[in-house]
Amino acid sequence: MSQMSEIPIIVQDRCNGCGLCVNVCSCGSLVLFEDVISFIDSGRCGWCTLCEAVCPTGAICCPFEIVLEGR
Amino acid sequence: MAVQLELIKSIPYFSGLSTAELDSVKGLIFERQAERGEFILLEGEPADALYIVVSGIVKVFKTSAEGKEQILQLIRPGDSFNDVPIFDGGANPASAQAMGPVVLYSIKKSDIHSILRNHPQVALNVAQVLSQKLRNLVSLVEDLSFKHVTARLAKILLEYAGDGSAPRQRLTQQEMAAIAGTAREIIGRSLKELEGEGVIRLDHHRIVITDKEALRRMAGLVT
Repeated sequence: MSQMSEIPIIVQDRCNGCGLCVNVCSCGSLVLFEDVISFIDSGRCGWCTLCEAVCPTGAICCPFEIVLEGR
Repeated sequence: MAVQLELIKSIPYFSGLSTAELDSVKGLIFERQAERGEFILLEGEPADALYIVVSGIVKVFKTSAEGKEQILQLIRPGDSFNDVPIFDGGANPASAQAMGPVVLYSIKKSDIHSILRNHPQVALNVAQVLSQKLRNLVSLVEDLSFKHVTARLAKILLEYAGDGSAPRQRLTQQEMAAIAGTAREIIGRSLKELEGEGVIRLDHHRIVITDKEALRRMAGLVT
Protein backbone atom coordinates (compact mmCIF):
# COMPACT_ATOMS: atom_id res chain seq x y z
CA MET A 1 0.00 0.00 0.00
CA SER A 2 1.47 3.37 -0.94
CA GLN A 3 1.89 5.93 1.78
CA MET A 4 -0.55 8.41 0.27
CA SER A 5 -3.31 5.83 -0.01
CA GLU A 6 -3.39 5.60 3.79
CA ILE A 7 -6.58 7.19 5.07
CA PRO A 8 -7.97 7.88 8.54
CA ILE A 9 -10.14 5.18 10.09
CA ILE A 10 -13.87 5.88 10.16
CA VAL A 11 -15.98 4.01 12.69
CA GLN A 12 -19.42 4.43 11.10
CA ASP A 13 -21.25 3.15 14.20
CA ARG A 14 -20.03 6.14 16.18
CA CYS A 15 -20.66 8.78 13.50
CA ASN A 16 -23.60 11.06 14.22
CA GLY A 17 -23.49 12.67 10.78
CA CYS A 18 -22.76 16.17 12.10
CA GLY A 19 -20.42 16.92 9.18
CA LEU A 20 -17.84 18.85 11.21
CA CYS A 21 -15.05 16.75 9.72
CA VAL A 22 -16.13 17.66 6.18
CA ASN A 23 -16.20 21.28 7.22
CA VAL A 24 -12.59 21.33 8.43
CA CYS A 25 -11.06 18.96 5.84
CA SER A 26 -8.57 21.20 4.06
CA CYS A 27 -7.90 18.73 1.24
CA GLY A 28 -11.51 18.07 0.35
CA SER A 29 -11.23 14.32 0.63
CA LEU A 30 -14.18 13.78 2.98
CA VAL A 31 -17.84 13.84 1.99
CA LEU A 32 -21.06 13.42 3.90
CA PHE A 33 -23.80 11.72 1.91
CA GLU A 34 -27.07 10.67 3.54
CA ASP A 35 -25.47 10.99 6.98
CA VAL A 36 -22.61 8.67 6.05
CA ILE A 37 -19.02 9.93 6.00
CA SER A 38 -16.65 8.59 3.38
CA PHE A 39 -13.42 9.43 1.56
CA ILE A 40 -13.79 10.35 -2.09
CA ASP A 41 -10.09 10.43 -2.92
CA SER A 42 -7.64 8.82 -0.51
CA GLY A 43 -4.68 10.32 -2.38
CA ARG A 44 -5.74 13.81 -1.38
CA CYS A 45 -5.59 13.27 2.39
CA GLY A 46 -2.68 15.19 3.90
CA TRP A 47 -3.06 13.62 7.39
CA CYS A 48 -3.63 17.02 9.00
CA THR A 49 -5.76 15.15 11.63
CA LEU A 50 -8.24 18.04 11.89
CA CYS A 51 -11.13 15.64 11.21
CA GLU A 52 -10.08 13.58 14.22
CA ALA A 53 -9.66 16.72 16.35
CA VAL A 54 -13.15 18.07 15.69
CA CYS A 55 -15.13 14.81 15.74
CA PRO A 56 -17.35 14.97 18.84
CA THR A 57 -17.95 11.22 18.95
CA GLY A 58 -14.48 9.82 18.25
CA ALA A 59 -15.66 8.31 14.97
CA ILE A 60 -12.49 9.28 13.06
CA CYS A 61 -8.99 8.18 14.03
CA CYS A 62 -5.72 9.27 12.45
CA PRO A 63 -3.20 6.90 14.00
CA PHE A 64 0.51 7.52 13.41
CA GLU A 65 3.04 4.83 12.68
CA ILE A 66 6.27 5.65 14.52
CA VAL A 67 9.42 4.54 12.72
CA LEU A 68 13.16 4.94 13.01
CA GLU A 69 14.75 6.48 9.93
CA GLY A 70 17.06 4.37 7.85
CA ARG A 71 16.07 1.04 9.35
CA MET B 1 -9.67 -20.73 18.76
CA ALA B 2 -8.93 -23.15 21.58
CA VAL B 3 -6.70 -22.14 24.47
CA GLN B 4 -3.12 -22.98 23.46
CA LEU B 5 -0.69 -24.63 25.87
CA GLU B 6 2.28 -22.94 24.19
CA LEU B 7 0.74 -19.53 24.76
CA ILE B 8 0.00 -20.30 28.41
CA LYS B 9 3.63 -21.32 28.89
CA SER B 10 4.79 -17.88 27.70
CA ILE B 11 2.60 -16.01 30.24
CA PRO B 12 4.73 -14.74 33.17
CA TYR B 13 2.09 -15.89 35.67
CA PHE B 14 2.71 -19.50 34.67
CA SER B 15 6.46 -19.41 34.16
CA GLY B 16 8.25 -22.47 35.56
CA LEU B 17 5.20 -24.76 35.66
CA SER B 18 5.53 -28.32 34.35
CA THR B 19 3.52 -29.46 31.34
CA ALA B 20 1.20 -31.44 33.65
CA GLU B 21 0.63 -28.35 35.81
CA LEU B 22 0.01 -26.18 32.75
CA ASP B 23 -2.49 -28.76 31.53
CA SER B 24 -4.45 -28.50 34.78
CA VAL B 25 -4.42 -24.70 34.56
CA LYS B 26 -5.52 -24.76 30.91
CA GLY B 27 -8.99 -25.99 31.84
CA LEU B 28 -9.58 -22.82 33.90
CA ILE B 29 -8.71 -20.39 31.10
CA PHE B 30 -11.34 -18.95 28.77
CA GLU B 31 -10.76 -17.12 25.51
CA ARG B 32 -12.48 -13.81 24.80
CA GLN B 33 -12.26 -11.52 21.80
CA ALA B 34 -12.91 -7.79 21.55
CA GLU B 35 -13.06 -5.30 18.69
CA ARG B 36 -11.35 -1.91 18.50
CA GLY B 37 -12.94 0.46 21.02
CA GLU B 38 -14.78 -2.26 22.93
CA PHE B 39 -14.73 -1.91 26.72
CA ILE B 40 -13.44 -4.96 28.54
CA LEU B 41 -13.65 -3.50 32.04
CA LEU B 42 -15.28 -0.48 33.61
CA GLU B 43 -13.73 1.36 36.54
CA GLY B 44 -15.64 0.84 39.78
CA GLU B 45 -17.42 -2.34 38.73
CA PRO B 46 -16.90 -5.58 40.65
CA ALA B 47 -13.85 -7.52 39.46
CA ASP B 48 -14.66 -11.01 38.32
CA ALA B 49 -11.63 -12.11 36.34
CA LEU B 50 -7.97 -11.64 35.55
CA TYR B 51 -7.17 -10.96 31.88
CA ILE B 52 -4.10 -11.76 29.83
CA VAL B 53 -3.58 -10.31 26.35
CA VAL B 54 -2.86 -12.96 23.71
CA SER B 55 -2.82 -10.62 20.70
CA GLY B 56 -3.47 -6.93 20.16
CA ILE B 57 -3.16 -4.10 22.69
CA VAL B 58 -5.45 -3.09 25.56
CA LYS B 59 -5.29 0.31 27.22
CA VAL B 60 -5.88 0.55 30.95
CA PHE B 61 -6.95 4.04 31.93
CA LYS B 62 -8.65 6.35 34.41
CA THR B 63 -11.11 9.07 33.44
CA SER B 64 -11.49 12.33 35.35
CA ALA B 65 -14.87 13.91 36.18
CA GLU B 66 -14.26 16.28 33.24
CA GLY B 67 -13.75 13.35 30.90
CA LYS B 68 -9.97 13.64 30.62
CA GLU B 69 -8.30 10.30 30.11
CA GLN B 70 -5.02 9.17 31.65
CA ILE B 71 -3.60 5.93 30.29
CA LEU B 72 -1.92 3.99 33.08
CA GLN B 73 -0.54 1.24 30.92
CA LEU B 74 -0.82 -0.26 27.47
CA ILE B 75 -1.03 -4.02 27.86
CA ARG B 76 0.82 -6.01 25.23
CA PRO B 77 0.67 -9.74 24.40
CA GLY B 78 1.70 -11.88 27.36
CA ASP B 79 0.89 -9.18 29.94
CA SER B 80 -2.01 -9.28 32.38
CA PHE B 81 -4.41 -6.64 33.65
CA ASN B 82 -6.94 -6.30 36.46
CA ASP B 83 -4.51 -8.14 38.76
CA VAL B 84 -4.98 -5.95 41.85
CA PRO B 85 -8.74 -6.39 42.48
CA ILE B 86 -8.39 -10.11 41.96
CA PHE B 87 -6.14 -10.22 45.02
CA ASP B 88 -7.42 -7.35 47.19
CA GLY B 89 -11.12 -8.01 46.57
CA GLY B 90 -11.92 -4.42 45.57
CA ALA B 91 -13.61 -3.07 42.47
CA ASN B 92 -11.87 -2.55 39.10
CA PRO B 93 -9.44 0.33 39.79
CA ALA B 94 -9.41 1.40 36.13
CA SER B 95 -11.20 0.81 32.84
CA ALA B 96 -9.81 -1.31 30.01
CA GLN B 97 -10.54 -0.87 26.30
CA ALA B 98 -9.31 -2.68 23.17
CA MET B 99 -7.12 -0.46 20.95
CA GLY B 100 -7.68 -2.78 18.00
CA PRO B 101 -8.93 -6.34 17.58
CA VAL B 102 -7.72 -8.29 20.62
CA VAL B 103 -7.72 -11.84 21.86
CA LEU B 104 -7.68 -12.33 25.61
CA TYR B 105 -7.42 -15.18 28.04
CA SER B 106 -9.47 -14.76 31.20
CA ILE B 107 -9.36 -16.63 34.50
CA LYS B 108 -12.12 -16.30 37.07
CA LYS B 109 -11.17 -14.78 40.41
CA SER B 110 -12.12 -17.95 42.32
CA ASP B 111 -10.06 -20.08 39.94
CA ILE B 112 -6.98 -17.86 40.37
CA HIS B 113 -7.19 -18.44 44.11
CA SER B 114 -7.33 -22.21 43.65
CA ILE B 115 -4.38 -22.07 41.18
CA LEU B 116 -2.35 -20.20 43.83
CA ARG B 117 -3.15 -22.80 46.46
CA ASN B 118 -2.25 -25.71 44.20
CA HIS B 119 0.82 -24.21 42.51
CA PRO B 120 3.05 -22.17 44.89
CA GLN B 121 5.33 -21.24 41.97
CA VAL B 122 2.46 -19.13 40.60
CA ALA B 123 2.40 -17.12 43.87
CA LEU B 124 6.07 -16.25 43.36
CA ASN B 125 5.35 -15.31 39.75
CA VAL B 126 2.46 -13.08 40.84
CA ALA B 127 4.77 -11.24 43.27
CA GLN B 128 7.20 -10.65 40.38
CA VAL B 129 4.45 -9.45 38.01
CA LEU B 130 2.98 -7.07 40.61
CA SER B 131 6.45 -5.72 41.45
CA GLN B 132 7.06 -4.92 37.78
CA LYS B 133 3.68 -3.20 37.56
CA LEU B 134 4.58 -1.13 40.64
CA ARG B 135 7.86 -0.12 39.00
CA ASN B 136 5.94 0.96 35.87
CA LEU B 137 3.54 3.06 37.94
CA VAL B 138 6.40 4.70 39.86
CA SER B 139 8.01 5.52 36.51
CA LEU B 140 4.71 7.05 35.34
CA VAL B 141 4.46 9.18 38.51
CA GLU B 142 8.06 10.32 37.95
CA ASP B 143 7.31 11.28 34.32
CA LEU B 144 4.10 13.14 35.20
CA SER B 145 5.70 14.92 38.15
CA PHE B 146 9.09 15.91 36.82
CA LYS B 147 9.14 15.82 33.02
CA HIS B 148 8.04 18.45 30.55
CA VAL B 149 5.41 17.28 28.04
CA THR B 150 7.93 17.27 25.18
CA ALA B 151 10.20 14.96 27.19
CA ARG B 152 7.26 12.66 27.94
CA LEU B 153 6.33 12.62 24.26
CA ALA B 154 9.93 11.87 23.27
CA LYS B 155 9.86 8.86 25.61
CA ILE B 156 6.56 7.65 24.11
CA LEU B 157 7.90 7.95 20.54
CA LEU B 158 11.00 5.93 21.44
CA GLU B 159 8.91 3.29 23.17
CA TYR B 160 6.55 2.85 20.22
CA ALA B 161 9.08 3.15 17.40
CA GLY B 162 9.40 0.22 15.05
CA ASP B 163 11.85 -0.52 12.28
CA GLY B 164 9.09 -0.68 9.68
CA SER B 165 9.56 -4.42 9.10
CA ALA B 166 6.52 -5.52 11.09
CA PRO B 167 3.22 -3.85 11.99
CA ARG B 168 3.44 -1.94 15.26
CA GLN B 169 0.79 -0.39 17.44
CA ARG B 170 -0.10 2.98 15.95
CA LEU B 171 -1.01 5.92 18.13
CA THR B 172 -3.37 8.81 17.55
CA GLN B 173 -2.51 12.21 19.01
CA GLN B 174 -5.34 11.66 21.51
CA GLU B 175 -3.77 8.41 22.66
CA MET B 176 -0.33 10.06 22.96
CA ALA B 177 -1.98 12.79 25.05
CA ALA B 178 -3.66 10.24 27.30
CA ILE B 179 -0.34 8.46 27.88
CA ALA B 180 1.55 11.72 28.48
CA GLY B 181 -1.15 13.12 30.76
CA THR B 182 -1.85 16.19 28.68
CA ALA B 183 -4.25 17.55 26.07
CA ARG B 184 -4.31 16.58 22.39
CA GLU B 185 -3.54 20.17 21.35
CA ILE B 186 -0.36 20.16 23.43
CA ILE B 187 0.77 16.96 21.71
CA GLY B 188 0.21 18.59 18.31
CA ARG B 189 2.39 21.52 19.36
CA SER B 190 5.04 19.26 20.88
CA LEU B 191 5.26 17.21 17.68
CA LYS B 192 5.84 20.41 15.71
CA GLU B 193 8.44 21.45 18.29
CA LEU B 194 10.28 18.15 17.92
CA GLU B 195 10.11 18.49 14.14
CA GLY B 196 11.50 22.03 14.45
CA GLU B 197 14.40 20.66 16.50
CA GLY B 198 15.11 18.22 13.68
CA VAL B 199 14.72 15.06 15.73
CA ILE B 200 11.57 13.81 14.01
CA ARG B 201 9.88 14.32 10.65
CA LEU B 202 6.12 14.26 10.18
CA ASP B 203 5.66 12.33 6.98
CA HIS B 204 1.93 11.90 6.27
CA HIS B 205 0.78 9.13 8.65
CA ARG B 206 4.33 8.45 9.84
CA ILE B 207 6.38 10.04 12.56
CA VAL B 208 9.93 9.35 11.44
CA ILE B 209 12.59 9.55 14.15
CA THR B 210 15.53 11.17 12.37
CA ASP B 211 17.84 11.62 15.37
CA LYS B 212 17.33 8.88 17.92
CA GLU B 213 20.15 9.99 20.22
CA ALA B 214 18.86 13.56 20.40
CA LEU B 215 15.38 12.22 21.14
CA ARG B 216 16.82 10.04 23.93
CA ARG B 217 18.50 13.11 25.42
CA MET B 218 15.24 15.06 25.24
CA ALA B 219 13.44 12.16 26.92
CA GLY B 220 15.95 12.29 29.76
CA LEU B 221 17.14 8.76 29.04
CA VAL B 222 20.80 9.79 28.73
CA THR B 223 22.69 12.40 30.67
